[in-house]
Amino acid sequence: MILAAARHVAQQAAQQPVLNQEAHGFLSPTGVEIAFLLVGLVTLGAALVTVTTRQLVHAALWLVVALGGLAVEYLILTAEFIAWVQVLIYVGSVVVLLLFGLMLTKAPIGHSPDADSRNRPVAAAVALAAAGALVWVVVDAFRTTWIDLDGAVQGSTEVSGEILFRHWVLPFEALSVLLLAALVGAIVLSRRKKEEQR
Amino acid sequence: MHLAYPAVLAALLFAIGVYGVLARRNAILVLMSVELMLNAVNLNLVAFDVWLRDTLHAGQALTLFTIAIAAAEIGIGLAIVLMVHRNRGTSDIDRLRDTAEPPQPWDTATEDGATTDDTPTGEKAEATA
Repeated sequence: MILAAARHVAQQAAQQPVLNQEAHGFLSPTGVEIAFLLVGLVTLGAALVTVTTRQLVHAALWLVVALGGLAVEYLILTAEFIAWVQVLIYVGSVVVLLLFGLMLTKAPIGHSPDADSRNRPVAAAVALAAAGALVWVVVDAFRTTWIDLDGAVQGSTEVSGEILFRHWVLPFEALSVLLLAALVGAIVLSRRKKEEQR
Repeated sequence: MHLAYPAVLAALLFAIGVYGVLARRNAILVLMSVELMLNAVNLNLVAFDVWLRDTLHAGQALTLFTIAIAAAEIGIGLAIVLMVHRNRGTSDIDRLRDTAEPPQPWDTATEDGATTDDTPTGEKAEATA
């Protein structure tokens, strides 16, 4: 009985994507998809340069390109508010913090040959295995699903504010306390002790 | 739009972040790679939220929380890296090996606990200051 019901559901699920596929057309990318693909290629390239370049400051600057590309992807996915938060927080503050950190640790400005450790081949093997497994699973799982980007914007500022302050108020407040604790902790950690106390 | 595009992009970004975390030597470059991995997760959250048309928009709310936590993480991480650099004069992860087990055979290590303390004492005192 249960098996029969499960088989029925599976058959329905198998029929559904076919209709879906016909509606969307297989391998005929729309303009949105082409834009997403191009920005995604730029993002991936910038991320690759970030983790492989031997000039430390260049790594931070390429990180700006990667994070900005992700903000454009959020815009394409109609999550406007998150896109601008991404630009403000990541590009605006996190990368600036990283640059400050590079300068305060007296990182070499030019070419530094010891930016990578000795276990690069192992790291590359692990990353390739992770990428292969993840891409295989993800493509296999979501081969026949489409995002419907038409209609109302999913993540406008109005929608985001409403859901954030109507349904997610308590986590939001807890998060603000966590942020405060983290900033106080960072100040305490980086405060220079007086000489007689050391 | 096909859901596989954002999912594959997020998977590849995550793999690039994994490579950076494993292969980089400078602690700040490792933090940059961690940011890349967090952003891959954020892209997944946003894409699936838009796909599911969730009425609570849990994906987008979680994305905002992740961004805030990442900002806190980068602040604490940089403070720790700066303190390590101030105490040790280096921010290379490979050289911070104080808690590593010394390479010696099993029997001598278990018999003689004092031999584990073969790092220069001045360096340790400076580290605890």
